Amino acid sequence: MKLFKKSGLAAALYASAALISMNAAMAQDQINLRMLIWSANEDHLRLFNEIADAYKAQNPQVSVTYEAVPYGEFPTTLTTQIAGGNAPDLTWLTETGSFDFIAAGAMFPLTETFRTTEGYELEDYAQASIDSWSQDGELYFYPFSTSPFAVFVNNDLVREAKQKTPAELVAEGTWDWEQAVEIGAAVNAETGKHGIIFRDFDYTGWTRLAPLYTGWDVKLWSEDGKTCMMNAPEMVDAMSFLHDAIFEKKAMPGPGIAADFFAGDAAMTITQISRANLLPTGDDAFEWDLVPLPAGPIGDYGYVGAAGIGVLKASPHAQEAADFLAFFSNKENVTKLARYFPPTRSSVLTPEVLAASNPLLSVEQLTDVVIKGVVEGRSAAGHTNYEQIVQNVRASLDSLWVPDADVAQVLQATCDNLNPLLQR
Amino acid sequence: MASAKPTTGMEGARKRPFWTIQRKDHVTGLIFVAPQFIGIITFVFVPLILVFYYSMHEWNVLAGTFTFVGSENYEELFRDRAMPGVLAATAIFSLGLVVLNISLALLLAVLVNQKLTGMSVFRTLFFSPVVVSVVAWAIVWRFLLQSNGGINGLLYMVGIEGPNWLRLPHTAMISLIVVQTFKSVGLNMVLFLAALQGVPRELHEAARVDGVPPFKQFYRITLPLISPTLMLVSIVTIVGALQVFGQIEVLTQGGPGTSTTVLVYYFYQQAFQFLNFGYGSTLSIILLGIVALLTYAQWQLRRKVVFYEH
Repeated sequence: MKLFKKSGLAAALYASAALISMNAAMAQDQINLRMLIWSANEDHLRLFNEIADAYKAQNPQVSVTYEAVPYGEFPTTLTTQIAGGNAPDLTWLTETGSFDFIAAGAMFPLTETFRTTEGYELEDYAQASIDSWSQDGELYFYPFSTSPFAVFVNNDLVREAKQKTPAELVAEGTWDWEQAVEIGAAVNAETGKHGIIFRDFDYTGWTRLAPLYTGWDVKLWSEDGKTCMMNAPEMVDAMSFLHDAIFEKKAMPGPGIAADFFAGDAAMTITQISRANLLPTGDDAFEWDLVPLPAGPIGDYGYVGAAGIGVLKASPHAQEAADFLAFFSNKENVTKLARYFPPTRSSVLTPEVLAASNPLLSVEQLTDVVIKGVVEGRSAAGHTNYEQIVQNVRASLDSLWVPDADVAQVLQATCDNLNPLLQR
Repeated sequence: MASAKPTTGMEGARKRPFWTIQRKDHVTGLIFVAPQFIGIITFVFVPLILVFYYSMHEWNVLAGTFTFVGSENYEELFRDRAMPGVLAATAIFSLGLVVLNISLALLLAVLVNQKLTGMSVFRTLFFSPVVVSVVAWAIVWRFLLQSNGGINGLLYMVGIEGPNWLRLPHTAMISLIVVQTFKSVGLNMVLFLAALQGVPRELHEAARVDGVPPFKQFYRITLPLISPTLMLVSIVTIVGALQVFGQIEVLTQGGPGTSTTVLVYYFYQQAFQFLNFGYGSTLSIILLGIVALLTYAQWQLRRKVVFYEH
């Protein structure tokens, strides 16, 4: 009996030890990937988790979590985590924000992983979008969202001001910035509401004006990035037009005035199509429309805000993270993601696919605004030290936002202040 | 006759327990101060030493490089074209805040020290902003100060067209000073109030009997007697003024231009926005130096200002 008890105890101890060592081995093999994102939207997170769960079903040792950080704090949080030795494995970045990361060699190369993943079809992506996220032929980010800027219109306000709607002007072929400002000014004069709002432009984030000045063929700096070109005639014309629209024609709310298109405060807003979910319903609803950006002096054009997902080289599981990213961005998942993030995969960028997941937009809107915008849209020019450049220009442009500003002089001063930084 | 048994020093030493009352007291005292001591070491001294160490390096967080550059970051301070403007903005903000805050706190303390009905309501009212979150406070003021905000709405009602407070350099700085003063004046008011209530009443009664006018009573009796508090408040306020960040981030982001870019905000921009951690660390060392210097100068001044300091 005693012997039985002893051997039973020994067996129990042995089993426990085996279990502990097995758990330890499993814990060692377990890979927990973390992706830093700036969307806390529940629908987005649900979809991301679905993809992560599907990946885990195929790769039980890999778990993926998503850490949402507000957009405004995103770069600071990311760099602080890197500096603190707690870099995420994968991160979202804007096209402009990615420039410093790629230049510093902080990103894990993805081309090989994507090419060797069965059924991935890297060629399915628009070449222009691949080029934007590559350096020396090596891809560093998966271009997961290429969201075109367009104009949301409050037709009720436009009609109240006895103006033709932008959609009518598009049909006539006369939809340009002059017309847009004219409608904006008329709405302001007739209804007391505002005309045009550049979404999120609060007279500090000047890069939000890119959908406008792109229409004037503005180049912010020279090809080699060493010389400021904001004092060139194109930028002077674009900013003079804008200044006049704000301070003379009152077609846009001036500095320090808070207004929200989606609350019915304005006739038009220039923003990305993903903001369609902000359109009011019920008693606050108004008749709305979505039209392409007005034509500028260069004719019809588009502008896109691009975001990508990359793998940080500092990650201890960089290759595993790249493998997950290949799964995340395969054709099947991109089709699902297209509901919220306009893709650059040609096979998915069709009205049929987009219409299935964007019930708010008509097939015409999807074709004319979204698909055309993704394919033809220009994107922001990147540069190393981009944040410093943005702040430097912001400080100089502050003196532009007063009624009696000399636009050419302000832009000359902007370049004088910026050039030493560009030439570093 | 009983005789005491002679003892040797050795025996006495052997018998003496290690844990004497004195030792126990020392250990108990150390245990009590340990959390604070460990906290200060971990969160003040170690980061301070590290910041000084970083200030002598070029740290590229993205590339993962950390190169010793000696005094280069300190030399950069003299080449940095933005520094004169930053130091000027820091001086204007700090001086404006200290003068306005202390004057207003003293005035409010004298007023709420009066024995009138409902005075406790006013004391609570003036103190309440101190416990409000800095960011919430600044966001509310951003709405009030915008062009079509509450302040200009009130001015419009009396026929005045208010300026665009946060978009013009001078009004932006004034707005920041006023917003920060309203946020922190309550604490200084309470400190002054406590000091005022410690002034013996008989001194004022004697002065009143002698026909001394109220202002002279305040100047000759009250002010000297509350001078230690005045010294404390001025040190705390100036140190606090040099560290204001949240309001600037929410209200002006250092603009218009660089008119409200004070040293602590510039340090944040360099380190966390532009990723110049080495130069950012240098700026924070400079800020530390300025705070230490001002505190030392004020401490030395106490002999002249505080009438019973020896």
